[in-house]
Parts: sequence; C-alpha cells; structure tokens
Amino acid sequence: MNEELKVIWKNFFNWVMGNGPRPENEVEPPEPPPDLPFTQKPKDKFSRFHEPTLRERYEQWLEIHGLHIFSTLYSALSILTCVVIVVLLLTTVAALPPFGHERNPANNEVIRRYVEHGGHETGAQNIVAGLILDYRAFDTFGESAVLFTAAVSVLMLLSSSRSSKPQKKFQRLHIYRNDDTILRAVASLSIPVILMMGCVVVINGHLSPGGGFSGGAILSTALILCANAYGFERVREFFNERTFIVSSSTALMIYALSKGYSFFTGANHIHSIIPKGTIGDILSGGLILPLNICVGLIVAGTLYGFYALFSEGEM
Amino acid sequence: MLEKLLLNHYEAAAVILSGIGLTNLLLQRNLIKKIIGLNIMDTAVYLFLAAKGYVEGRAAPILLENGSGGWLTSSALYVNPVPAGLVLTGIVVSVSVTAFALALTLKLYEAYGTLNIDEALLKMTQEQEELEAKIEDAEEEVLA
Repeated sequence: MNEELKVIWKNFFNWVMGNGPRPENEVEPPEPPPDLPFTQKPKDKFSRFHEPTLRERYEQWLEIHGLHIFSTLYSALSILTCVVIVVLLLTTVAALPPFGHERNPANNEVIRRYVEHGGHETGAQNIVAGLILDYRAFDTFGESAVLFTAAVSVLMLLSSSRSSKPQKKFQRLHIYRNDDTILRAVASLSIPVILMMGCVVVINGHLSPGGGFSGGAILSTALILCANAYGFERVREFFNERTFIVSSSTALMIYALSKGYSFFTGANHIHSIIPKGTIGDILSGGLILPLNICVGLIVAGTLYGFYALFSEGEM
Repeated sequence: MLEKLLLNHYEAAAVILSGIGLTNLLLQRNLIKKIIGLNIMDTAVYLFLAAKGYVEGRAAPILLENGSGGWLTSSALYVNPVPAGLVLTGIVVSVSVTAFALALTLKLYEAYGTLNIDEALLKMTQEQEELEAKIEDAEEEVLA
C-alpha cells in the first residue's frame, strides 16, 4: 500500500513538473522560422516575380536618399535652433537696462566698496589688479592652475607620438632651419624691446593697465620670435621642457603659499608682516607685485610651450 | 524693441556673434572650424561682459591723482572693475580649452588622416568592424 502510494505520488510529481514520459500521440513542435529582420518577409520559393512590399520600397528609397535628407534636415534644424536662441536672447537684450547708464543694477554697492576702499585696502593703484590678485586671488590662482594643467596635457598628448618618428622629426627640423638675414636682424633689434615691454607690463601691473597675464603673453611673443629667427635649438638652450615645468611649478607654489598666508592672517585678524606700501610706488600693493611676476612666468612659459609643441612636437 | 536694441547695440552684437558661433559649431564638419566657432562664442561673451561694465563718461578703474598728493576714490569717477576680472578668467579658460582641443584634433589627424568628423567616424567604425572580425577569426582558430 505504501509502495503504491509512493509510485502514484512520484507520477503525480513528474506530471506536475512536466518531466514525465512523453505520450506517444504527441505532435512534434514546429520548427521556428528562420531569423529574419522584421522588415523582410521570407520569400516564396515558387513565385518567380517578387512584388516588393510598401515597407521594402520605403527601405530602398531611404537607402538612396536617406543621407541627403538627414543632412538637409540637420542643417535646417540647427539653423532653426540658432535663430530661435538668438531671437530669445535679443528679446532679453531689449529688456536690459540702457547701455552705459550709471544707475544700472550692475553698478551696485559691491563696485562702490571696491573703488572707494580698494586703494587703501590693497595698496594698488590699478583697481582691477587689486580685485583679481587681492580680493579674489584664489580665483586667479585657479586660472593659473588651469593654464598650467592645459600646458601639461598638451605636452602629454603631443610629445609622446612625435618623438617616435625620427624621420619626420628630421624633416621638420630641416624646414625650420632657415638663415633668413632680414628676419634675424629684425629679431635681434626687436627681441630686447619686446622683453623690456613685457617686463614693464608685468612689474607695473598694480599701477597701470596690464599685469601678469598680458605681460606674460608679451614675453612669450619674444620667445616665439627668437625660436622662429634662430631655431628652436637656440631657445632650448635656456628654456626647455624641464625649465618650464620647474619654473611654472615653483611659481604656482610661491603663489599658493604666499596667498595662503595672506588669507590666513586676514581671516583671523592676525597682523600680517606684508607691508602695503604707499599707493603709486613701484613697491606697493603688498603681494600683488610678486604674484604678478609668478603669473607672468606661468603665462609666458605656457604660451611659448603651446607654440613649440604644435609646431615642433617638443619644447 | 528696435529702439531698445539700438540703445543696447553692444549687447545685441554680442548675442548675434554668439549665434554665429553656435551655428558654426553645429554646421561645420571640419574640427578646426568647429573650434573657431567655439572661439567666436567666447569672444561674444567677452564683448557682453565688457559692455555691461561700461558707464558713460567715466574713467578706467585706475586711481587718479587729485593734485595734492592724494587719490580720487569716489566711485562716481570709474567704470565697473568686476567685468574686467571676469573677462580675464574667460580668456585664460578659452585659451586652455582651445589648446587642448587643437591637440586632440592633431592626434585625430595623425590617426585617421582627416579633419572631417564624418570621415573620421566612418574610418573609426570600419576599424572597429575589422577588429571584431579579427577577434572572431582568432576565436574560431582557438576552438578548432
């Protein structure tokens, strides 16, 4: 009795789970149709002429004209987007306060504070220099770091691939070795003037328009002119990749440390040992003069580095 | 509205310039020209900021002497100095981005021999397909 019950239970279990013996009259499941994309119907073997369906004709037409239509549509849509954006912005501009009016909301108490107290608080005659290198010095530090990072990534991208092709490099050196007398004479006359101009703009950054960024750009043009007139080898004697990395990192480090000290003492109301000087003197403005020199070094190195990397593949 | 636009013509020009730059960025297939479009947009932003900082009849924000050894610090004499600092930030970031984008473009040109983004993408997909076919062949060899 117990054995019979066990057999019945086993059969029932198998029937429920579906792994019992197959009944003899069961029909085989039909084979799945061949895997075709849903756009194509399996072709009838016996018909000679295959009438293309609407879908097939659409696909064919799209294959021939699709690219053209897509590019036309893309151009039209992008012009439409730009026109819509410009019209929206123009309506906004029309609603802006009048140009150059002294009661505009942009000329608020922040500006009054910067102009009226900037002189004796920062010691700089140039209010913009006092603004970017004293009140907002960390912003400018971030800018210099961005510039340095860009120069290092360009160096990384361009210097690895080029040096592996010695033949190409030789050709490039050959192109740049030109003994142009006129260019050399003009360069020997103008490079000292340009260097002096750059130094004046950097050092007088807190007294007159200019500063580290514009002065550094002028200094880099002197380097680029030297490289064009006398060849990159000549510049590489005193300014190579290693000099660039060392000078820029040192300048960034001096910037961060000195400005960190200045912000620390200022925020905690501790007496700072940095003298402000009298407004209008060359040695005034506290940290602005050394910071301008640091920024000028970084900018000059970076801009010359961009030129050398893009034309030579190395600094 | 046209009167107001003429009154704010610097801002209007900046907006139109930025639209030109955006169109350039969308329509050009040459990567260098795309980067030029980006630079045109940057320039539009500088123009807008400089125009917002201007005040009619005032001097540049560099302190003037008052004739008796002191400095004129009245805010009614100078234009807004903040946009100048913001434009400086913008110029530096734009130079960095342009240099990085140009370096990447140069690498793309070295790899595919073209500056057209469509041709480069086509070559990229072809390369990918060839690579996949090679991998399949190698797998079949290993199985056999």
